[in-house]
Amino acid sequence: MRTTAGSKILGDFTPPYESTVSANLWRDGAVMLGKLNMDEFAMGSSNENSAFGPVVNPWRAKGGEQKLVPGGSSGGSAAAVAAGLCLGATATDTGGSIRQPASFTGTVGIKPTYGRCSRWGIVAFASSLDQAGPITRTVEDAAIMLRSMSGHDPKDSTSLKADVPDFAAACTRSLKGLRIGVPKEYRVEGMPAEIEKIWADGMDWLRAEGCELVDVSLPHTKYALPAYYIIAPAEASSNLARYDGMRYGTRIEGADLTETYEKTRGQGFGEEVRRRIMIGAYVLSAGFYDAYYIRAQKVRARIAEDFKNAFSQCDALLTPTAPSAAFGINAKFNDPVKMYLNDIFTVTANLAGLPGISVPAALDNAGLPLGLQVIGKALDEETCFAVGGALERAACFNAKPGKWW
Amino acid sequence: MFTAERVADKSDWITTDTGDWEIIIGLEIHAQVASKAKLFSGAATEYGAEPNTQVSLVDAAMPGMLPVLNEYCVEQAVRTGMGLRAQINAFSRFDRKNYFYPDLPQGYQISQLYHPIVGEGEMLVELDDGDSITVGIERLHLEQDAGKSIHDLDPNATYVDLNRCGVALMEIVSKPDMRSAREAAGYVRKLRSLVRYLGTCDGDMEKGNLRADVNVSVRRPGGELGTRCEIKNLNSMRFIQQAIEYEARRQIQIIEDGGTVDQETRLFNTDTGETRTMRSKEDAHDYRYFPDPDLLPVKLSEDWLARIKADLPELPDEKKIRYVKDFGLSEYDAGVLVSDREKAAYYEEVAKGNDKKLAANWVLNEVFGKLNKENVEITDCPVSAAANCAIVAMISSDVISGKIAKQVFEICWEEGGDPVAIVEERGLKQVTDTGAIEAMIDEIIAANPDQAAKVKDKPKTLGWFVGQVMKASQGKANPQAVNKILCEKLLD
Repeated sequence: MRTTAGSKILGDFTPPYESTVSANLWRDGAVMLGKLNMDEFAMGSSNENSAFGPVVNPWRAKGGEQKLVPGGSSGGSAAAVAAGLCLGATATDTGGSIRQPASFTGTVGIKPTYGRCSRWGIVAFASSLDQAGPITRTVEDAAIMLRSMSGHDPKDSTSLKADVPDFAAACTRSLKGLRIGVPKEYRVEGMPAEIEKIWADGMDWLRAEGCELVDVSLPHTKYALPAYYIIAPAEASSNLARYDGMRYGTRIEGADLTETYEKTRGQGFGEEVRRRIMIGAYVLSAGFYDAYYIRAQKVRARIAEDFKNAFSQCDALLTPTAPSAAFGINAKFNDPVKMYLNDIFTVTANLAGLPGISVPAALDNAGLPLGLQVIGKALDEETCFAVGGALERAACFNAKPGKWW
Repeated sequence: MFTAERVADKSDWITTDTGDWEIIIGLEIHAQVASKAKLFSGAATEYGAEPNTQVSLVDAAMPGMLPVLNEYCVEQAVRTGMGLRAQINAFSRFDRKNYFYPDLPQGYQISQLYHPIVGEGEMLVELDDGDSITVGIERLHLEQDAGKSIHDLDPNATYVDLNRCGVALMEIVSKPDMRSAREAAGYVRKLRSLVRYLGTCDGDMEKGNLRADVNVSVRRPGGELGTRCEIKNLNSMRFIQQAIEYEARRQIQIIEDGGTVDQETRLFNTDTGETRTMRSKEDAHDYRYFPDPDLLPVKLSEDWLARIKADLPELPDEKKIRYVKDFGLSEYDAGVLVSDREKAAYYEEVAKGNDKKLAANWVLNEVFGKLNKENVEITDCPVSAAANCAIVAMISSDVISGKIAKQVFEICWEEGGDPVAIVEERGLKQVTDTGAIEAMIDEIIAANPDQAAKVKDKPKTLGWFVGQVMKASQGKANPQAVNKILCEKLLD
């Protein structure tokens, strides 16, 4: 089946192989309904960067007709699940690309621990951050799907040799005595009051389940987004070098080799992908490598350390998934920095390699879904599912998008 | 341990109208790891296969494909490092070297810039004149080879063969410790011998399995170092030496004409023996190296390293010391015998149960002499080491003379067969029966009374009688016995 990663550059590329995660799903009896749209090479937070046009969120603001984004980059997966086109969809998450669209569409999405799912056969964006995961309607469905997708794969050197527990069984686990950390740095300036409110509601729900709420600090959080936007483009600039028009995909002939490269890549990649490739090439270039890439890696190590310290006081963290609800198509399209801020609560889990689940918690005043995120310790998806399950039950989120077609 | 102070042997100086110059040389050797599979994929590495038939999805850089490190290649790099008496790094890592070229499908080469698997070491290099120098090793790292661009199949297109793409290479970087083409050649010869002893690379330069990039600069003997140029991809001992000679003279010419040498990468033209610019320093790529996030760091445990070390074969330097100390061979003879793993193994089989020195002389003079003359490799020698062992044993036990032995060797070379049987069947056994020899001598003396009478005045003519006896005995008479009896009969 044709694979495009939302890009023109792959042309009619049809892989003669099956990714490990999808092969695992077929092994367990899953049925393929089709492929879904996404931001080109998973770069974006609104699914407006696809060469095949934007994905439209099935949700509309109360009384409004304006088309909204489904979030990104796995916007197609989230929108399809929210619209009831399928029970679940695969997705990938490099900086929030499963969780933020789940939050925008009222669906459940989990990014597992880095290495839980094999990356083999998944078109790479940033190798050290990319993870596959499911987007589903319920926490239990996510648990069932993730269990199938997970497992050690000798074809991916970064895949973890860890047993895969019965995630579904964890969904109904008692939370009595569980310590839930609330990171103070996630209380960002200008965050809508409604998000503050669902966060507080979430704390109350968990307290009612017998959890102890603990204030924790993740002091390097403010450096996470800048570090992410160095590391991810750096890796992407190298990972995307293979799309050169020589062996597969689009090739636009030039007068000589250099011009063929320039035309193929200049016309084959969209604007955001070109921007990130240029940022990545810049931060890796001689004279800048230490100042950008090495520093970003140091920040990354500090962020991982922050989580380690926090987890000495608690078993999981509760945060909002995204700083806003779904916004209008074109609202942020021409302001990359504003767009990048969408990932502010999600990138940290990627940088630290930790599992994070987004569960729909409520509708905001405009009637748009908002999600809460639970970040767990490495390889402790079970606690994410347990807390996520409790939030789901307490929230009784059963709102559905109106007639969207 | 870069020995900038070491000044070249005067015989290696280049003397021009303006005075003397010496050459400073450092080498980067690319040695293909003798592995059936590639460094990061399971594709085969066999030489000479049809184009693009040994290419995995990883080698072709299909979307989503990931490299998996071939541990066998890691082991070979470590063994080579141990052979170079180098620091083995318990922690090493792979980096991506990014550049675009059609024979590089990933758009980057996976190499080791920041943390190579092997660090500093040194190698003793024996030169033709019997002298030796120590050459410092800067590092050894593992990397992928690129594919092959074929420019001459079509006037308007370049074809790409990815069979070689992803094959494991060891890049072995020397310190700039060589001072002449012959020293550089000695270094390559020794390194080639070492990897062949270890079995980590087959050393086949014709197939490009061992090739060199040569860094050359010139200076006044002992003076300030000059600007260096790198000559890429030399795949024969002769080309390496030619390129160095040419490049040194080119640089001297520039300096003597009042110019300055530009730091650049150059190519060697095998037809003209000249080097030409490939790219200048200004055009050098910015490879944007960074750690490959698809691969984990390589961590080697002490136990594993100890096990690898214990399994190393005896290497040429140690073997040479043993030949000198235990076998009583000369340094020179020992050096020639150990220069090649096959030669040493051959010699040791010939020497089995025999006098070691006699065996060495036999192998060096008779066997190697014949191989050189006929231009045959030791591995293709038609006379087996076991056959030679038997021949040497027959010399030691006076069954045949050295002269007959040569004859037996020739028969074995031409016709094959068991030397003991040949000696037996063709009646080549030495006559040591003094009675029989005496009878022959008496007969000859009787037939040549005038000659016999002269011997007392001219003792040198005794040799004529020795010759006659040997002739009469068809070379089989024991020469010592013949001499002794002749002396008794004619001189006393």
